[in-house]
Amino acid sequence: MSDQRPAPRVGLFVTCLVDVFRPTVGFAAVKLLEDAGCTVEVPSAQTCCGQPAFNSGDRKTAADLARNTIAAFEGFDYVVVPSGSCGGQIKHHYKELLADDPAWAARAHHLSARTYELVSFLADVLGVTNVEARYDGTVTYHDSCSGLRELGIKEQPRRLLNSVDGLTINELPGAEVCCGFGGTFCVKYPDISNHMVEAKIADITKTGADTLLAGDMGCLLNMAGKLKREGSPIRVRHVAEVLAGVTDEAPPIGDKT
Amino acid sequence: MHPTTHAFPENARKALSDERLQKVLSTAGTGFVEKRRKAAERLPEFEALRDQGRDLKNHVLANLDTYLEAFEAKVTEQGGHVHWCRTDQEARDAILGICRKANARTVTKGKSMIAEEIGINDYLEANGLIPIETDLGEYIIQLRHEPPSHIIAPAIHLSKEDVAETFRDAHTELPRDRLLDEPKVLIAEARQVLRRKFQEAEVGITGANLMIAETGSTIIVTNEGNGDLTQILPRIHVVIATIDKVVPTLEDATLVLRLLARSATGQEASAYTTVSTGPKRPGDVDGPEEFHVVLLDNGRSALLGTEFQDVLRCIRCGACMNHCPVYGSVGGHAYGWVYPGPIGSVMQPALLGVKEAGHLPNASTFCGRCEAVCPMRIPLPKMMRHWREKEFEQGLQPATMRRGLGVWGWFARRPALYHAATRMAVKALGALGRGKGRFARLPLAEGWTRHRDMPAPEGKTFQQQWAERKGKR
Repeated sequence: MSDQRPAPRVGLFVTCLVDVFRPTVGFAAVKLLEDAGCTVEVPSAQTCCGQPAFNSGDRKTAADLARNTIAAFEGFDYVVVPSGSCGGQIKHHYKELLADDPAWAARAHHLSARTYELVSFLADVLGVTNVEARYDGTVTYHDSCSGLRELGIKEQPRRLLNSVDGLTINELPGAEVCCGFGGTFCVKYPDISNHMVEAKIADITKTGADTLLAGDMGCLLNMAGKLKREGSPIRVRHVAEVLAGVTDEAPPIGDKT
Repeated sequence: MHPTTHAFPENARKALSDERLQKVLSTAGTGFVEKRRKAAERLPEFEALRDQGRDLKNHVLANLDTYLEAFEAKVTEQGGHVHWCRTDQEARDAILGICRKANARTVTKGKSMIAEEIGINDYLEANGLIPIETDLGEYIIQLRHEPPSHIIAPAIHLSKEDVAETFRDAHTELPRDRLLDEPKVLIAEARQVLRRKFQEAEVGITGANLMIAETGSTIIVTNEGNGDLTQILPRIHVVIATIDKVVPTLEDATLVLRLLARSATGQEASAYTTVSTGPKRPGDVDGPEEFHVVLLDNGRSALLGTEFQDVLRCIRCGACMNHCPVYGSVGGHAYGWVYPGPIGSVMQPALLGVKEAGHLPNASTFCGRCEAVCPMRIPLPKMMRHWREKEFEQGLQPATMRRGLGVWGWFARRPALYHAATRMAVKALGALGRGKGRFARLPLAEGWTRHRDMPAPEGKTFQQQWAERKGKR
């Protein structure tokens, strides 16, 4: 960032799963943003982006939660989300949800234009090309569906990971195939979900990587849960933890403290 | 065909534990994906063609009445007949009427999903006629009394051993020692049997990939040439098609054809693209004496002007199911009726009702791969979500889910209470044994822990820690 410009004021949308399961990801995001010259705030009025309601057909609840998020994040230069799934909900679906509500539709568009997934914000908006971090290991990367197909996140995490000292990437065959999480899908259709995650971890194991990374906690909990159930030693982390160099501050997802 | 779509979870479970099916599924799907990808890459304007295809179909759907009437006028002018049918029953009766009038006994059939939708084979059989499928895959499943499991590869759920077994059972004149171990031999065997049938048939029924308003023509694409023999050899050619298949001109048809084969099989064009325009004219050396188009609505016009209109852009290439991880896990039969995969998850609730088919739009992770490859850019996940909305409005979802969502939604609307509740939930989960890093079992999370562990929360919530840090700063 150029020194003349004021630091961009970023509102961090934490996401439910990071808030509850993996605060480390939230702090990694804060560190990455601050290192890149942003000031970061975390509005306490945020809750959930509303995607579970939206995808369950409950538009009213989804629209209420969209309004809540919009109100909570007004006034920031950018809103950054360490998840392609929640990021896609805010960036793309709020506009659709509130299309018939003229006052809120305009605010939804305004928020949409300022909202980015964390890694794409660093790479595409701030122009970050390398990070100060070290990770001694061979990682493989799963492209989470919403980030990939709704937000076009594919090269950005790989580019930044390549700047991490000591890290090697082994590409995952079928990296663009869904892991079987799918929000409520994984509990509504557990057997199909299981079949999908079984195939996914078989592919992950074949890469020979010792670490699995991805950008969405839902997918990560699913894949980590399956790897651990199968007794796999593969470590699972959110990509932000590695990019921020905070992997010594928390054990991998699903591993012992 | 009696739908079993309401039993999707049980159908899926059976499919997942069927080792033979799983073996076929694990190898079958990937071929189509690679071929489609390469075909799309070879054509620099492929993405632009998809935009054009979408725009063309949107234009047609906005002017459907005009183009259908123009099509009818052209067909009639050339001596053909158009039978407007509102329902599947009307279509069955129209076809049976044509066969009866012709004193037909044997009816050959090209591949047609609409024929499956209206169940024409069973109906003709019940009325004393002998329908014979001439597409190899359709012929195999007809012998097995099974529905298709894929819209362009109806027997994709079968191995070549299954097919050999089927032929041995059905072709009783086949010498027991004849080897049926290679696809080539299997095709030769089917061809030999079908050749005779083509010559016996009085009526040939085909589907239509396209109807052209400008010329009154219908088009089919096949890779086996069976469609040509089905429509040229019998005295009467019946085309069964739904109203959404019309395009204005031949030029428009070529746009759709360029997208269709590439999306379906990765071919630049299918081996046979056959244009049928009316009955045989004086001086023509071949062709049918009668040409009928059975034009079916069956609920499609009711989708016009609704949030589901875009699904009528579908050209039935099958790319959505080839790329669908759910279809790839359970195969086509689990969907319980004619249309499997993502397109089925949108069409079946429209055709069967959301009560019968409500599972299908729910059984999706919304991974979006279907929409990413759809040549007509149909927003399939969005439409599945719209069906979920219908279910929600009608209170059709399981009570536990509704209650769970209700409680969660109540808290999520109230940030202070929400953060207090998540703090407590995380504390409770911690008390349950955070030291292990994960839970093998958790109350209320059996759907999750049946197959995988649940990683444990790290400790305090992010919001809680952030507030504490801010206090210190």
